[in-house]
Amino acid sequence: MNVAVITFPGSNCDRDIITAVTDITGKAPSLIWHKDRDIGSPDLVLVPGGFSFGDYLRCGAIAAQSPAMDEVFEFARRGGMVMGICNGFQILIETGLLPGALIRNKGLKFVCRNTALNTHQSGKPIMAGLEDGQKLIIPVAHNEGQFYADDDTLKKIEDNGQIAFTYTPMNGEADYNPNGAALDIAGITSENGRVLGLMPHPERMMSAAVGGSDGRIMLRAIIEASQS
Amino acid sequence: MKVTVTISLKPGVLDPQGRAIENSLLSLGYQDVAGVSTGKQIILDINEDDEARAIQKCAKMCETLLVNTVIEDYEITVEREDA
Repeated sequence: MNVAVITFPGSNCDRDIITAVTDITGKAPSLIWHKDRDIGSPDLVLVPGGFSFGDYLRCGAIAAQSPAMDEVFEFARRGGMVMGICNGFQILIETGLLPGALIRNKGLKFVCRNTALNTHQSGKPIMAGLEDGQKLIIPVAHNEGQFYADDDTLKKIEDNGQIAFTYTPMNGEADYNPNGAALDIAGITSENGRVLGLMPHPERMMSAAVGGSDGRIMLRAIIEASQS
Repeated sequence: MKVTVTISLKPGVLDPQGRAIENSLLSLGYQDVAGVSTGKQIILDINEDDEARAIQKCAKMCETLLVNTVIEDYEITVEREDA
């Protein structure tokens, strides 16, 4: 089982994801610096959260142009599995591997709290280990997490079953969507269902000591899906 | 040659910053304000004497990096140094 974690200047969730993956698989992932062209031959590429290049220009825009991401792009085009979390999701969108855009939160504030997610398995390979309707509690922490796309793109994403996770009420609360995302979208997959991006941080929900282990359930399922 | 890229949000894309500024202006008593939108400006100094070529190069930069055309529109203007 080989997992590669791409890091950029300003990534700050790379250590968390390494700890999480090592904990699940028993094997430390390889760390790939953004300037490296050799990403090895991983089963899964993880693009972690943080503030790559200080969020200059647009979140993820500069990271998306890095040599390592060129390789990740080709890897994904050959059918490789890739998961981007938070800033990693923003980077995958900026590379063009995922559709839409992530814009400033509707409430103009940085949002850091637990969210309840509804899983949409939709027959996508990277989602194979999760169940349709599975409810997961995972925290978000972002300022630019509002998923946006024009109506045609949204319809296409919906029709293709590319919505992977949506925000859903935990206990019937009205403000369950933390950022105003269109269609309550928290995460989407690529058309071939092998690239996944999401705003919530599963690596921050790995044990009861930090509030729950739904992140472990999610990460384990995705790592296992990438092996089959 | 100085080339300026003016980037604005596409119509219909929510501009929460613009809305916040608008609300603030209205609360200051500027009741004539009917809308506020925010954007950004990127000023490039390009080693190129030909205006058309400078614009062409700049447009490519916009499409590759400077602008996210999913949510943003852009306009390129050139300022001649001898002007």
